[in-house]
Amino acid sequence: MPETAAGTLRGLGVGPGRAAGRIARMAGPLPLPDPVRAADPDRELAEALRALQAVSAELAARASAAADPAASAILEAQSFIAADPGLIESVQENVAAGMDAVHALDAACAGHREALLAAGGLFAERAADLDDIRNRAVAAVLGLPVPGVPDPGHPFVLVAEDLSPADTAGLDTGTVLALVTEKGGPTSHTAILARALGLPAVVACPGAAHLGEGTWAAVDGTTGEVRSGIGEEEAAGILRLAAADRLRQAESRGPGRTADGHPVELLLNIGSAADLVPGVDAEGVGLFRTEFLFLDRREEPGFDEQVAAYEAVFRAFPGGKVVVRTLDAGSDKPLPFLDPGPEPNPALGVRGLRVARGRPGVLDTQLDAIAAAARASGAQPWVMAPMVSTVAEADDFAARARARGITRVGVMIEVPAAALRADRLLERLDFLSIGTNDLSQYAFAADRQHGELADLLDPWQPGLLALIAGCAQAGLAAGKPVGVCGEAAADPLLAPVLAGLGITSLSMSAPGLAPVRDALARRTLQHCRDDARLALDVDDPAQARAAVAADR
Amino acid sequence: MPERTVVIASRTGLHARPAKLFVQAAAAQDVPVRIRLGAGRSVPATSMLAVMALGAGHGAEVVLEAEGAGADAALDSLAGLLSRDLDAEEAPDA
Repeated sequence: MPETAAGTLRGLGVGPGRAAGRIARMAGPLPLPDPVRAADPDRELAEALRALQAVSAELAARASAAADPAASAILEAQSFIAADPGLIESVQENVAAGMDAVHALDAACAGHREALLAAGGLFAERAADLDDIRNRAVAAVLGLPVPGVPDPGHPFVLVAEDLSPADTAGLDTGTVLALVTEKGGPTSHTAILARALGLPAVVACPGAAHLGEGTWAAVDGTTGEVRSGIGEEEAAGILRLAAADRLRQAESRGPGRTADGHPVELLLNIGSAADLVPGVDAEGVGLFRTEFLFLDRREEPGFDEQVAAYEAVFRAFPGGKVVVRTLDAGSDKPLPFLDPGPEPNPALGVRGLRVARGRPGVLDTQLDAIAAAARASGAQPWVMAPMVSTVAEADDFAARARARGITRVGVMIEVPAAALRADRLLERLDFLSIGTNDLSQYAFAADRQHGELADLLDPWQPGLLALIAGCAQAGLAAGKPVGVCGEAAADPLLAPVLAGLGITSLSMSAPGLAPVRDALARRTLQHCRDDARLALDVDDPAQARAAVAADR
Repeated sequence: MPERTVVIASRTGLHARPAKLFVQAAAAQDVPVRIRLGAGRSVPATSMLAVMALGAGHGAEVVLEAEGAGADAALDSLAGLLSRDLDAEEAPDA
């Protein structure tokens, strides 16, 4: 086992919170025996197919036993893959070419794995499913136990190259303290599961493979840091702090406030009324994406249908704040009925409010429907446009909205040019909302979907924070709200920095609320301002995180 | 050969859950159905691996093809499935 010196690894924090414990690693895949020239191809084929059948049945059984519906659905899909006619056909071809059962299975899984990787994106993330099926099927043929989650007999930090749905569905949260994987991304199984179970997790963590088995390590799923070579006492201290964190967050209620009572509104990002689960403790909706009504359409949805959808959300928050974003089409969200034709750079093309240049009717109908829903429900919605670049665009949008009786009109800040003119925009508008994901993409000239440029899209980039600071300052000067929506708002370490910059509301999906509320409640406004200064005063995101984390 | 062209409505594309529902529905048809992306090679609609390897994302246009008695009914039913947002209907956390 490689011995780890004290050191810090950095990955992507996907399950907030911290933990510490001894490392136990997933066993690697079973090594293949040397290939043998199959004497009896029929027997090899029968053995290979029996193994796949057994794996499929085993995964189906795990699917029905899984408590978490998301995990169950994933396992069911995986059971289905193990019985896939395409996979079986590849095994048949391999045996016909002279391979033994084990090598036929291995090669068949490898072939389909390559095809998924070639499809890219979300499809490529399913490659781990085939690795798992391969490991299970090979073990079944060899009559060996399936390599799986270790059971060292004490609580542990689970380290793996990547985790499969079958591994993670059986995880015992009583003994697994945290997850660290070398591979994976924000939408990998590990990330989804960690969020569902509330486990601290760090994925895409290079060097995780060299963490020594049985050594002590600290995992911070908020900062993405894994510290190795710590002592048992330090680990115990971290676990005590983590237990206190969980208790405080579970008890946190009500509106967002700093320790000295400075309000920072905590709002929800939703796609429809269906996302408003009962019992969510938010002060309103900070981002109501209206795309869902339009996404699977060849035709624009009618006025009445839109009124009903908006009214359902307004009625769910009687008297509360609801910020509606008008249709954000184009780029990664193309709509068949608004097809602008092929664009060389869709992210830089006709998207968001720009659609209204050629098709103003779509925006006008939507604003009519929002106004009608507001009248019917007695709500006073806040309405904003996406992808605004100039004061003239904002003026045009505001005029259309106000002509319909909408009183609170704002725009999203996603384009750096708009961020730089925040003061002038606020002379015409009632509020601004910063979409950090797109603002990063445009400020750093880095495609949001580009995995290799993820470091440039880090919300802790001081260049991004400087743009946010400018908008917040303009808001403070004008006495008008400037909020942040997007995943940056849900980072409990970054939230106080944003509050310190002068941001007045943070909008996120529901699981982010309690940790952010707690992080704000533990700092005075002055402390938040100090954190903001620390974050702006360094030159890279890791330094910014470290400086603010040290100030906790 | 009867064909249907349909735009993938599911938010994540013809991916895990939507792909599974589609493949299950294809297996329940009386005729073999094949699917292709644009001008690409067609693959059996009953193979989840082959269907996912098409890499058909949200908004992608796929072509379904089948031949024989009942081909039209099978194609209509599968095309109808793909034109719905199966993520929204299925995902417990959507």
